[in-house]
Parts: sequence; C-alpha cells; structure tokens
Amino acid sequence: MKSEKIVKEPLIHITKRDTMPPWQSILIRVGAVLIALAVSAVLVIVLTKTNPMSVFDAMFKGSFGSVRKMQNLMKSVATLLCISLAITPAFKMKFWNIGAEGQVLMGALAAAAVMRTMGRYVIPSWVVILVMLAAALVSGLIWAVIPAIFKALWNTNETLFTLMMNYVAMQIIQIFIAIWIKSGSGVVGYINEQSHRGWLPDLFGVKYLLNIIVVAGLTVFMFVYLKFSKHGYEISVVGESENTARYIGINVKKVVIRTMAISGALCGLAGFLLVAGADHTINKDLAGGMGFTAIMVSWLAKFNPFIMVGASFMLVFLDRGASNVATMCKLNDSVGEIITAIIIFFIIGCEFFIRYKINFRARTPKEKAPDEPEKPEQTEITEGEKAPAGIA
Amino acid sequence: MKKFLAILIAIVAVFALAACTVDEAGKTPANTKAPTEDTTAAPGDATADPGDATVDYSKIKIGLICLHDENSTYDANFINAIKATAAKLGLKDSQVIIKTGIDESAACYDTAAEMADEGCKIVFADSFGHEPYMKQAAQEFPNVQFCHATGTNAPTANIANYHNAFASIYEGRYLAGIAAGMKLNEMISSGKITADQAKIGYVGAWPYAEVKSGFTSFFLGARSVCPTATMDVVYTNSWFDIAKEKSAAENLIASGCVLISQHADSEGAPKACEAKGVPNVAYNIDTTPLGPTTALISSKINWEPYFELIIKAVVTGGTIPADYCGDFSTGSVALTTLNSAVAAAGTQEAIDAAKAKMIAGELKVFDTSTWTYKGETLTEYIADVIDAGDFVPETNVIHDGYFDESNAKTFRSAPYFDLIIDGITEK
Repeated sequence: MKSEKIVKEPLIHITKRDTMPPWQSILIRVGAVLIALAVSAVLVIVLTKTNPMSVFDAMFKGSFGSVRKMQNLMKSVATLLCISLAITPAFKMKFWNIGAEGQVLMGALAAAAVMRTMGRYVIPSWVVILVMLAAALVSGLIWAVIPAIFKALWNTNETLFTLMMNYVAMQIIQIFIAIWIKSGSGVVGYINEQSHRGWLPDLFGVKYLLNIIVVAGLTVFMFVYLKFSKHGYEISVVGESENTARYIGINVKKVVIRTMAISGALCGLAGFLLVAGADHTINKDLAGGMGFTAIMVSWLAKFNPFIMVGASFMLVFLDRGASNVATMCKLNDSVGEIITAIIIFFIIGCEFFIRYKINFRARTPKEKAPDEPEKPEQTEITEGEKAPAGIA
Repeated sequence: MKKFLAILIAIVAVFALAACTVDEAGKTPANTKAPTEDTTAAPGDATADPGDATVDYSKIKIGLICLHDENSTYDANFINAIKATAAKLGLKDSQVIIKTGIDESAACYDTAAEMADEGCKIVFADSFGHEPYMKQAAQEFPNVQFCHATGTNAPTANIANYHNAFASIYEGRYLAGIAAGMKLNEMISSGKITADQAKIGYVGAWPYAEVKSGFTSFFLGARSVCPTATMDVVYTNSWFDIAKEKSAAENLIASGCVLISQHADSEGAPKACEAKGVPNVAYNIDTTPLGPTTALISSKINWEPYFELIIKAVVTGGTIPADYCGDFSTGSVALTTLNSAVAAAGTQEAIDAAKAKMIAGELKVFDTSTWTYKGETLTEYIADVIDAGDFVPETNVIHDGYFDESNAKTFRSAPYFDLIIDGITEK
C-alpha cells in the first residue's frame, strides 16, 4: 500500500470465475436482497422517522395482506411472467426485442376490437374468446415479424426498430379509441359491460385463475421448447454465434424471423389475457411498462423459464410492497419506485460478484505488513483455497 | 386468511354499530341533496359546527384513489382536500388511505376492493375512466359507499351505494375568464396589442364535454368584458403530459395567442407562459409560485364540502346523493387569490360583481343570447345526458334562454356542453 515501487500488478484486478456452487450463488443473492432492504430501510427511516419493522411489515402486507391482495399479486406475476416468457426466445437468440410493450398492446387492441365488434351480436362467449385469441396472436406476431424481416434482410438495428414500434402501437390505439369513443373522453371503459361477452370466466370463483393457469402452462412449454426442441437448439446456436450457426447449416434468417414470430405471438397472448382475463378494456397504458420490465426478468433468470417465475414474483412483490410503504408513510409513489430501484440495483449488482472475482494484489515478500493476519475474508463465498487472494 | 378477514370485518362492524348506528347509507338512490348542514352552509363557514362534538369520527375509514400523484394539479387538489377534511374532522392518518397512480383499468377495481377489505366505508375515485371499475366494486361491496368524481352513470345505474359528484365549475371558469378578459383589455388599451389581436390560447386534455364546457365558459367570461376576444384550442389527448402541455402552450404563443389557459393537469403550460412572459389562467391550484409574473388566477373545485358530506353521511347514517353538484353555495366552486402583480386594475371588483349576479340568478354563464353556434342562436340542444355508452343524445338541455349545464337535479352533475361555439377554433 504505502510502497512506491516499480512496475507492479494493479491493486485490484478482476477475473472471471469458474463455476460457483449453486448454494453460494444463492447465498450471495439472498445477501444482496438483505443489504438492499437494509439500505431502503435507512432511506425510509431518514425520510419518515418510521420504525423500520413497520416498513417491512407494510412491504409484506402489500402483497400478502389479504386473500385479494394475493390474488392481485398472482395476476400481476402471471402477466409479467407471460411477457417475460414471450421475449425470452428472442433474447436468447441475442435479438434485442425492446418492442414487447408494443406487441402486447397490439395483441390487446386486436382482442378488444373483436370483443367490441362481436359483442354486439348474440354469439356464445367462447366463440368470441377464440376469435379474440386468434386475432391477438396474429397481431402480436405481425408487430414482431416486421422488425425481424428488416433485420434478417437488411440488418437494420432491431433495438431501435422494435423500440419505435412501441410508440407506433400506442398511437394506433389512440386512433382507435378516438374513433370508437365519440364523446372524446378517450376512455373506453368496460367492453361488453352487460353481456360479459369475451370475458374469461372466473374458474372456481377465483379471479384471474385462468390467466394464472395459462401462464403456468406456457412456462412449462417454454422450458421444453428452449431446452429439448430443435428450434431451441437453433436459437441457442444463433445466439452464441451466427457464423457457427451458418457453418453447421442453420438458416439464420429463417430462425430469426421464426423466433420473433413466436415471441410476438406470445406477447399477443399476454395482450389477450389482459383484455379478456383482467381489464376488459383497452388504453395505451394497458401494458404499464411490463414489456420493459420483462426484459429484466428474462435476463435475471438467464432465460430459464422456471427461474423467471421467481424473478417476476420478486419484482411484482417489490413493486406492490413499495407502493404499500409509500401509501402507509403518506409518501409519494416515487418513494416506492426508489425502493424498488435500490433493491434491483443490488440484485443486478450481485450478479457481478457471482460471475467475476475481484483479486487484490498479492503481497510481495518485501512488503511485510506489520499486521500480517489480514488474510482475505473467506466468508461463505469463496470456498476453495485455490485463489489465495480471492475475495468476493 | 378468510376467517381472519371475517373476524376483522365483524370487529369493524361492531365498532361501527357501537359508535352510532351506521345504517348503510344510501339505500335509496336519492337524487336530492342530503339534509346535512353542509349543503346549506355558507362558503365561509368552514369551521367545525358545534354539533360535531356529538359525532364520533374515530371509526370511519375512507380511501382515495387518484389517477396520478400530487405532481398533477388535478390530483393534488383532491389530495389536499381530503387532508384538510381529515384535519377538520379530526381523522387520524390511519383513517385515510390515499393510493396514487391508479390507472383507469382493473387496477382501479383491485384497489377499491382492497380498500373495502381494509375496512374503508367510503372509497372515492377521482378520474373519469375509473367509473366502470368503481361500479363493479360497488356491486360487490354493498356496505361500502363508492363515490366517483366526474362520472356520469350514477343517476341511472340504480346502484344504491354508487354516487357521482362534480361541481358547477363552469361558473368559476367564467369568473376566471373575466380576469383574462380584463387583462386583454389592459393590453389593448396600453397599445401592446390591437383589439383584434386579443386571441386566447387554450390547452385542453381531451376533446370531451368536461373540457369543452370548461373552455367555453372561460371564453364567455373573457368575452363578456373583451368583446373582440377569440380563442384557439389544442388538445394533448392526455390528462397529464408535461412535455406536450408545455409545447402546446409554446405553439399557441408562437401562433399569436397573447394569453393562455389550460385544462390539463401538469405545470407544463404555466411554466411555458412564465418563460415567455405570457399571462396564464390555471385550474385547481394556485400557480403563482410557478409564474409570479404571469399567473393571473385559477378556478378550482373545492372538494372539502363533498368529502365532509359523505363522511358525515356515513357516520351519522344519512344519505349520500346519487349525483351531487357543488356550487358557490356549498363552497365547492372557488377561485384562488388574484395575483395583483399581474391582474388588470378593477379585476377583483368585476369578478365579485359577476359572482353576486350569478348567485342571485341574474347571470347565466351559457345564456344563449351571448353566443352562437354556426352563426345561429340555439333554442334547443339535445345532449347525451343519459350515458348508456351509445353516444346517442336524448335530452334537451336549453330552456328559459340558457344552456342548463351540470344540473344534477334534473340532468346530471358531469358536464354535457360539447359545442364549439363561434369565436373558438379547435386546432
């Protein structure tokens, strides 16, 4: 430290870790969440002088305070998970689909349009639902395939392209609402409020249960699709290296377009679930930014559908909890967002420590420090003594 | 969990009964105003009435659902009002639940139901699009009163515990318009503009009756003192969009508007006006801090009388009217303090005189002799008063020489004036 010697290795350098035992990585993640909670507690205490335990209590109750809150929690988890699953094939292929929001909205718009149009006639609700589903899948698909074709044929930047498509989708919804709602209020309200035509039924009297079941099925399907199907294999190879994919005879263009078609159609499914199974209306904020949050879910879970269940659960839990804290402390909703952001920051930050190791400069013999026993704190994190100076 | 809830609800019910017999208010959808003191109280009579000592407010819980948070002038107006009412009636923090940022979607229903679960006896929502979700919740929780601002369905929905509320804010806007007209006159007489350059710019949220009624009454107020005034209106198609409202105001100013007003909920337009040095008339909150050299005055709906009315009704077992329209007499329509640094001389006197005439019934804002539609004076206008979702107008709302706006006794509280009269141009 105090040495002003010649050329030396840097004080800190970072190396990639070999694999880490799962229990260690879990421990790091849990630790990160705990530290994050502590930091947010300090923040709330500073802001409100409230007892931190009551803050965490409010956080917990935001999701589990009542049966209804749990139902609402599960509904939101299902929606977020559905969109996350939808975008995962694209991201696994390293296709930066930032356009899930728009794809969901287009699916929702198609479902709403069918619901409105067919709702005027006496048609069995299940027929309306099936047509809505088909329309939503196709609309989401089209909205995703457009940038995919441009990417495959002319190598356009898909990040910008899909992002822009979101705003186009929102404006299209505004146009439809302006045409439909002649009073000019911009509010569609419940579609088929009286007949409930096209509304998904409450299975066993439980609200949103059907949404949850559909998404649970989709989770299993996506796991199998990515892991055990030929398509899934092609997606991984294209994602790892397009040249390799070409070398082994994969038609990259075809895979890109096909994968985006699936991705878009599933986003359309999410839109359908929102309209038929939850909100029964349409507006440009219906997806509520979940098309973007889903990207985080997908990456946090490293594209594993089952881990995505946990990741979406965590994000929704945090969101609801933070909002409840804000309500309880009579603070602005932004405080909820700040708390959520702090926690997410720590969670993403800890991934760094899972993937990389920070190495401090090994002491040179000359540099005999007086207080020698400063051995790297080998807490639970690094297990083996292979890397003497390693600290997580 | 369900057991726990049941016990909780039982306890709440017992407490409520012990407090003083809450017979679930509003069993009959009375379209008349509740016979509580508030409706007849003078606007200045904001101090607690002596009878309050006998009323126990310690058990009542009220939930407020807001579309945006207090950064929106519109929502801030509700939040401030419920806080003031809570302070006046001595409610504790835990008796008022405020949820902000609740979209016009199932989120509104979910939130309303959660509030009912948590023991709220009144749930209030502030945005037009919340209505279907509030109605749904009302049907599910018959023992909770659901009150909704700006809605249109309660008079015909026949849901005993579902209520609409609004105020005759067009009267307040007319008075604010007088302040604007006086300012225009001042600019004309000082030679800053010529009489035919007296063009007002208006930033509206949606091309919808609530907005149209608002800007028309504002315009009529301005034209009542400045006969050459005209007005351009632009819509942002959003209730809250700072950037859009700012640029809309800037564009209006660039196109020759010499005074701006708005019915959109951010501080975008007032700030743009302050930057350009153009006088501004606002809505719902006093914008003088945002524009010390340009803010003239704001009209606002004061929700405190209504909040007090519904809380009292539930606690004392009274009824909440199915549709309520506050006015000057209830203290619901108010103006913020005139910014004398900006206003023309004599403005306050002119406003006071017009207000006195309105209260006396001598001045009608939508007097058909003061405006024309496509060159003609209307003697009849069929409006879509009964909102069946079909947008088919069915009710004549012009009688005795005026357009009878926001008449909750005969029609409904939410505005239905949706004409673009001569002198106003939609851009």
